[in-house]
Amino acid sequence: MTIDAQQSLAIRVNGEPRRVPGGVSIAGMLEELGLDPMRVAVERNLEVVPRSSLAEVPVEDGDDYEVVHFVGGG
Amino acid sequence: MSTATNSDSWTVAGRTFSSRLIVGTGKYKSFEENAAAVEASGAEIVTVAVRRVNIADPKQPMLTDFIDPRKVTYLPNTAGCFTGEEAIRTLRLAREAGGWTLVKLEVLGEAKTLYPDMVETLRATEILANEGFEPMVYCADDPIAAKRLEDSGAVAVMPLGAPIGSGLGLQNLVTIRLIVEGAKVPVLVDAGVGTASDAAEAMELGCDGVLMNTAIAEAKDPVLMARAMKAAVEAGRLAYLAGRMQKRLYADPSSPLAGII
Repeated sequence: MTIDAQQSLAIRVNGEPRRVPGGVSIAGMLEELGLDPMRVAVERNLEVVPRSSLAEVPVEDGDDYEVVHFVGGG
Repeated sequence: MSTATNSDSWTVAGRTFSSRLIVGTGKYKSFEENAAAVEASGAEIVTVAVRRVNIADPKQPMLTDFIDPRKVTYLPNTAGCFTGEEAIRTLRLAREAGGWTLVKLEVLGEAKTLYPDMVETLRATEILANEGFEPMVYCADDPIAAKRLEDSGAVAVMPLGAPIGSGLGLQNLVTIRLIVEGAKVPVLVDAGVGTASDAAEAMELGCDGVLMNTAIAEAKDPVLMARAMKAAVEAGRLAYLAGRMQKRLYADPSSPLAGII
């Protein structure tokens, strides 16, 4: 991510504090974490973010994310 | 075999399946064993849970690498949810993760028994149905509650046979039978099956299917048990369709009495 280095943003992902560069999209944030945006579902501040808009929605300072996927269960 | 039983299938929310066995994907020793058990069971639907991605180790293998969601229908569950809100939140994420509206709703009442909280379950069923979900609902073995669920938009009712993970077998054959008799949607026994005869018993009562996880996953040989369950569900279904003989209190000889020397 090149980006005119705006200051980094403080966010929470799955309960853990993280910092990401300013101006990054949610898809970009996921890729930075090593996750494939096509294989997860994302909730931002308790609202589900449609997969189709992950690349457009910018991460904002203070955002709280839940990133989930399917695991074994009964 | 008659043609009716050759083409014996069941339909839930417009989707038709030939296997009447739904299996869970929890508690297996490995993804490989899990995939082999699903294959051996012949199941066309598997239940899955929705959980946080491990962001500390994002490259861990994933269930979808071993069980292909394009070949087997994933039925996302709400295991571990104790309120309607938690369950609805989980399923909204599941819908986004998979794109599916067919889901399994369970709202638990307490950790000790994992018995469903039917007040919350009914409320969540109604909200989910209004949001376009097609919930298959884990419920108490209560014929009236089952009807209420159906009225609230449940596409299938799934009464417990015994507590989740207990393997105790069907504890109340009467209530399961009454639910089957009264239901207009598919009825599946969900939870409590311990071994093959339990699955056959559920099917002999006229259930449309059986959902199980622990009975296969915790067998000494899960793949072999998966095969046993497949056979049991099929046997129970055929016996139900065939119509069992009447029970008698005393013996009735099978060989003719006439012509005895």
